Amino acid sequence: MTRLTKHLGWFAVAALGACALGVVALRRGEAINALWIVVAAVAIYLVAYRYYSLFIANHVMQLDPTRATPAVINNDGLDYVPTNKHILFGHHFAAIAGAGPLVGPVLAAQMGYLPGTLWLIAGVVLAGAVQDFMILFLSTRRNGRSLGDMVREEMGRVPGTIALFGCFLIMIIILAVLALIVVKALAESPWGMFTVLATIPIAMFMGVYMRYVRPGRIGEISIIGVVLLLLSIWAGGQVAASPEWAHVFTFTGVQITWMLVGYGFVAAMLPVWLLLAPRDYLSTFLKIGTIVALAIGILILAPELKMPALTQFTDGTGPVWKGALFPFLFITIACGAVSGFHSLIASGTTPKLLDNEKNARYIGYGGMLMESFVAIMAMVAASVIDPGVYFAMNSPAAVVGGDVVTVAQTITNWGFTISPETLVATAKDIGENTILARAGGAPTLAVGIAQILHQVLPGQNTMAFWYHFAILFEALFILTAVDAGTRAGRFMLQDLLGSFVPALKRTESWTANVIGTGGCVALWGYLLYQGVIDPLGGINTLWPLFGISNQMLAGIALMLATVVLIKMKRQQYVWVTILPASWLLICTVTAGFIKLFDPSPAVGFLALAKKYSTAADAGQILAPAKTVEQMQHVIFNAYTNAALTGLFLFVVLSILFYAVKVGRAAWVKKERSDKESPFQAMPEAN
Amino acid sequence: MFNDLSRLGKYLGQAARLMVGMPDYDNYVEHMQKTHPDQPVMSYEVFFRERQDARYGGKAGPKCC
Repeated sequence: MTRLTKHLGWFAVAALGACALGVVALRRGEAINALWIVVAAVAIYLVAYRYYSLFIANHVMQLDPTRATPAVINNDGLDYVPTNKHILFGHHFAAIAGAGPLVGPVLAAQMGYLPGTLWLIAGVVLAGAVQDFMILFLSTRRNGRSLGDMVREEMGRVPGTIALFGCFLIMIIILAVLALIVVKALAESPWGMFTVLATIPIAMFMGVYMRYVRPGRIGEISIIGVVLLLLSIWAGGQVAASPEWAHVFTFTGVQITWMLVGYGFVAAMLPVWLLLAPRDYLSTFLKIGTIVALAIGILILAPELKMPALTQFTDGTGPVWKGALFPFLFITIACGAVSGFHSLIASGTTPKLLDNEKNARYIGYGGMLMESFVAIMAMVAASVIDPGVYFAMNSPAAVVGGDVVTVAQTITNWGFTISPETLVATAKDIGENTILARAGGAPTLAVGIAQILHQVLPGQNTMAFWYHFAILFEALFILTAVDAGTRAGRFMLQDLLGSFVPALKRTESWTANVIGTGGCVALWGYLLYQGVIDPLGGINTLWPLFGISNQMLAGIALMLATVVLIKMKRQQYVWVTILPASWLLICTVTAGFIKLFDPSPAVGFLALAKKYSTAADAGQILAPAKTVEQMQHVIFNAYTNAALTGLFLFVVLSILFYAVKVGRAAWVKKERSDKESPFQAMPEAN
Repeated sequence: MFNDLSRLGKYLGQAARLMVGMPDYDNYVEHMQKTHPDQPVMSYEVFFRERQDARYGGKAGPKCC
C-alpha cells in the first residue's frame, strides 16, 4: 500500500505531462498557450529523472555512496574540492549552457514548434542526459580523466588519437559558426556594434580592478560591470539615433569578419586576467540572469504561440536551412537534446568537484534536463513572434528578395501573412534599420526575448532596449567562447604539429604561440569568411556541419560508454547507451552522406561543386555569383565542406569500428576488463 | 532566521564564484591547515591569480557552445 501511494503522486505528474503533450501535439488550427509546452516538458523531465535516471544510477552504474570520489581522494582545495551538490550543479550548468541550446531550436522552428519540441523532450531523456550522466560517472571512476584519455585507455591508442583530432575539428567549426552568429547580428547595426565594442574596455577595466585595485573581488566588480553594460546599451541607442555617430559604428558583414579575426588573434594572446576572465564573469552572470528572467517572463505572461505546430517545410524545402525532417532536424537541434560537447565538460572540471558519486545523477542527468528546459524556452521565444517576421529575419535574400515589399510578398505567398509595413514597424520597434536576412538565430531569439521581457518589466518603449540587451548577452558569451576556444585550439594545434616539429610544442615560446594562434584563427576565420560571403546565408552550410560534428562527438561518447559497460560485464543494460548511440550514428551518417552526395545542389556539396564547375567551364556565371572569381570561390568552398564532412564520417566510422572490435572481445571474456580506478572507501565523516 | 539568511547568502556567493571557476578560499585555508600544516598557505590574492590562470591559461578545457 505505502509502495503504491509513494508512486501515486508521480502517476499524477506523468498523467499531467501526457495530457499537456497531447494538447501540444494534437491541437491544430488554433493557437495554443506556451505554458502547455512548458508543463509537458517539465512533467516529463521530472518523471524521467525520478524513474529512468534512478534506474541507471542503481542498476546500470550501481553508484556506490561509500566509494571515495577523486575530489575526496585528491582534495587539494584547488582543482579537487568536494563540493556541495547544489553549488556544483550551478558550476556544471554554467559550463554546459551556451549559445547552442538557444540557437538550435530557433532555427528548427521553421518546421513549426512541434517537431523540435518532441525531439528536445525525447532526446534529452533518452540520449543527452544519459550521455552526460554516463561520462560523468566514467570520469569520476577514473580519477577525473578527460574523454580523449578514456577513449585511449579503454579502446586503444589509434581511436584515442582519432577522437582527439575529431575534437579539434569540432572546435574549429564551433568557433566559425558562433562567430558567424555574431556577424549576422551586428552587420549594419550601429546600436549592437557599439554595445559589443563597449564590452572590451569595460572588461579590461574590470580586469585591472580585480588584479590591482581590489584583487579578487569578483562580486563587486561584476555588479559594476553589469551596470556599465546596461549604460552602454542605453548609450548605443543614442549613438544609433545620432546622424553623425551612427555611421561610425555601421559595418558590413565582411568588415566585422575581419575585425573578429583580428580580435580572436589578439585576444587569445593577451594575459587572461585582462580580458578573457572578466568578460567570462560578465557573460556567465548575465547568462544565468537572462535565463531566469526569461523563465519567469514566460510563466507570468503565458504567451500564445503564433508559429503553427507544423509548417510545409517539414518536407525539406525550408528557407532557413535545407533538408528534410529526418535526419536534419536531429542535426539542427543538438544542444538541448543531446550535445557531444558536454562529454568534454562532464569529463573536465565537474568530476574533480563531485563530493559523492551518488550526486552524479543530480549533476549529470539533472543538469542536462535543465539545459533542455532552456532550449524549450528558446523554442517558445521563437514561436511567440509572428511567423512572417520569423521567416523575414531568417531567410536569405537569394530566396526571398532584398527589400521589404518583395520579402513580404514572398512570405505571404508561403501562407504566413505579413505586410511590408509590419516588417518596417518591427525593425523600428527594436531600434534597427532592417530585420531582413538576420539568420543565425540570435536576432530572432532577441526579438522573442524582447517581446517577453518588455511586457513583464516596467518602462515604456523598452522593446529596443531589451532587444539589444539580448543581442549583447549572446555576443558576450560567444566572444568569450571565441577567445577561450582559440586558446584551447592553439594548444591542440601546437600539440598536433609538435609531433612533427618539436619546437612548436613549447607553449611559452612567442613564435610557437603566434604560429599556433595564427593557424587556429586562420582555420575558423576562413570558414567564417566563407559563411559571411555565401549568398545563401552561410548558416545554411555551417550549422549542419556544426550539428553533424557535435552529434558525432556525442556518438563517440556513447560508444565509449557502451564499450565500458560491456567491459564491466553489465551487458544486460547495454541498451541504455546503444539505443541513443545508434540513433545518433544513423542521423549523423545519413546526414553526412546526404550533404556529400545529394543530387540537389541546394543540399549536396558535391552536386553544388559540379553544377558550378560545369557552368564555369562553359563560361557561364551562375547567380548568386557575379564574377568568374566568385564562381571559383563557390566551387572551392563546396569541396572544402565536402572534405570536412568526409573527415567527420571517417572519424565517426573508425570509432565505430574500434568500438565493435573492442566490445566484441570484451563480451566473450568472463571477467571484467575495464580500467576503473581501484575502490577506495569514503573516509568516515569527522 | 538571520542565520539561515546569511547561510543562504554564503551559499549563493560560493555558487556564483564557482560558476566562474573560483573555488571557496575559506575551504582551501581550512584544508591546508588541517592536512598540510607545514606548508605555506597562499594569500587570497595569490590564490585568486593562481585559480584564474588555472581556469583560462594552459590546457583548461573548452567551454560549451
